[in-house]
Amino acid sequence: MAITTLRPATTRGRGKLETPSQPKRNLLLTIVTGIVLVYSLIPLIWLLINSTKSQADLFSTFGLWFGHDFNFFDNLTRALSYDNGIFLRWLGNTLLYVVVGAGGATLLAVLGGYALAKFEFPGKKAVFAIVIGAVAVPGTALAVPTFWMFSRLSLTDTPWAIIIPSLISPFGLYLMWSFAKDSIPSDLMEAARIDGASEFRTFWQVCLPLLAPGTVTVLLFSMVATWNNFFLPLIMLRDSDWFPLTLGLNQWNSQAATAGGQAIFDLVLMGSLLTIIPLIIAFLFLQRYWQSGLSAGGVKE
Amino acid sequence: MSKKTHRRLLAGAALALSATLGLTACGGSQDPSEAAAKGGELTIWAWEPTLKKVVDAYEKEHPDVKIDLVNVGTGNDQYTAVQNAISAGSGGPDVAQLEYFAMGQFELGGSLAELNEFGADKLSSQFATGPWEGMSTDGKVYGLPMDSGPMALFYNATLFKKYNIEVPKTWEEYAAAARKLHEANPKSYMVNDTGDAGFMTSMIWQARGKPFTTNGTEVDINLNDEGTQKVTKLWQPLLDDKLVAPITSWSDEWYKGLGDGTIASLVTGAWMPANMETGVAEGSGDWKVAPMPQWEDGGKATAENGGSGLSVLKDSKNAALAYDFLEFATVGEGADLRISQGAFPATTKDLNDEKFLNRKFDYFGGQQINKVLSESSANVVPGWSYLPFQAYANSIFNDTAGKAYISNTSLSDGLGQWQKSLETYAKDQGFTTK
Repeated sequence: MAITTLRPATTRGRGKLETPSQPKRNLLLTIVTGIVLVYSLIPLIWLLINSTKSQADLFSTFGLWFGHDFNFFDNLTRALSYDNGIFLRWLGNTLLYVVVGAGGATLLAVLGGYALAKFEFPGKKAVFAIVIGAVAVPGTALAVPTFWMFSRLSLTDTPWAIIIPSLISPFGLYLMWSFAKDSIPSDLMEAARIDGASEFRTFWQVCLPLLAPGTVTVLLFSMVATWNNFFLPLIMLRDSDWFPLTLGLNQWNSQAATAGGQAIFDLVLMGSLLTIIPLIIAFLFLQRYWQSGLSAGGVKE
Repeated sequence: MSKKTHRRLLAGAALALSATLGLTACGGSQDPSEAAAKGGELTIWAWEPTLKKVVDAYEKEHPDVKIDLVNVGTGNDQYTAVQNAISAGSGGPDVAQLEYFAMGQFELGGSLAELNEFGADKLSSQFATGPWEGMSTDGKVYGLPMDSGPMALFYNATLFKKYNIEVPKTWEEYAAAARKLHEANPKSYMVNDTGDAGFMTSMIWQARGKPFTTNGTEVDINLNDEGTQKVTKLWQPLLDDKLVAPITSWSDEWYKGLGDGTIASLVTGAWMPANMETGVAEGSGDWKVAPMPQWEDGGKATAENGGSGLSVLKDSKNAALAYDFLEFATVGEGADLRISQGAFPATTKDLNDEKFLNRKFDYFGGQQINKVLSESSANVVPGWSYLPFQAYANSIFNDTAGKAYISNTSLSDGLGQWQKSLETYAKDQGFTTK
């Protein structure tokens, strides 16, 4: 064991002590971060404020302050009950796609990443190359070919057309590979095997808990991607009963652009607010895993 | 007759009878009301919100019929979906909602069922001219009209009064009013326009222009005829002197502009009140409706802008049942249901109904606007036709004629470019042009 000498904290001649737990204040950094914060929060604040306005007020009052009446609860009940409560159906659809699609994607990414990181098998380099190549292909480029494929299988206009493509997440796989490589010591696995654990048990009881931060990161990524998925459902779905919230709100919005249609901008805003709330909650609760997951692989053990 | 021949005759008759019965069973009942009584399933692709109640009512009256009403998108989205289904040969509906300008595309493609065999041609007197002509070609009926869009002048009466502007009766007065308004308040414009194919074609229609004629597979396009020239001569000075608001219709700025006085009037179809009541809520009480400005003093010609009907697809396996629904929805009980929800009728009976005409609209300060709109419907210039690929034509309008709105190209040159592009497209699609 090496003997380490503690270096005394220096003052650098400016008065305030700089220690690792109290980094020096940087004015420029604070200002820039402040601007980015405002930039990120303004749309949110705008949405919150304008979801309280009535249709008439939306076009006639100042954008960043409240209107003449406070219509929040009226808008809320109307959004949830409009068109026989189709919003709730769309919410249910989105939850289905996210739970099965994103949940499934995470599971597959964890399994695949673990296998790529911890096992040697022929063709491993080829698999890896293909996966990394797939990350580079934008989803929109694949949407139309995917449509043709699903059309041949007669799966378009069904929930499977959304769920099955969502299960594939090359980025998640790459993340888990990177994380598994660094967070699971091979000695631990050897020890488990020597003790007589089956491969599955080694994975499930020994390695999976170690992979928790990375798993949550991939889960959050997949959740956001599936929750916000617009282009894929737009191509795959015809029946508005199977729309996710993104597509549903788009349909409500386009009512205003229809001859003889009923403009419902106030419901679109309320619906948008309701749509982002679950994501915000998920992030707030899981953000510590997010932070630790992102920095995984940064420090060698 | 001997017993043997007698028996043979009977057997022959019985055989013939059962054969015809068998044939009808194979082909399905050809009588719509019989088909409805027998029951079956229908898939309808339509975005018209007032149809939901109609479907419910029909199912109640015919408990053996099950209808699936699906909204696959409005306008062009719907046409793309229907076209894809027809090309794929499967997955399409029995009934599709089609706007009048899109009928040509599907009629020429042979995708629509001819409804004359169900007696549709006998209904011609029950519909207004514009919509009826929109759904039939050469006496063959390919659909039944649902609603119509006879044009009128919607104007902000409060704004007009403020700047002392008289409601224009002719286009000359209209141009003068546009000038007066913009001089009095540079922030206000008489109308908005950034290039709208539907508006331009309707204007040419009212001016008695006939730019599009189709004869089988021969397509003639003349965007330089007398009617078109009248329109470009009127509109060019308005564009040159920037008297037209550079706001695109149906955008958020458009709704805002209608409410805050930036846009003082609209020349558009009779379906506009529904949009205004919800989309321009703060304008309630300010707006009124007047007849469409005329080319001649005392003239009465108008045109249609938009409107749609229902058609039966040729691939449908329940054509007779589908037609029965069509009749219900357009001339039967369904029509009353839709009108009560605010749809503007295409049927002459409803256009002349006392209660309909006398209805006072709060949004328009209590004015009985249906009187103006109904009269407009009766004055639509007959004989108009769209191109067989009008949806495509409209989509390239802004690339060609639209240049007149953003550069020094004149509107008539822009329309000439549109004509050239359309002629090239027609040839590529296998049509012949003059």
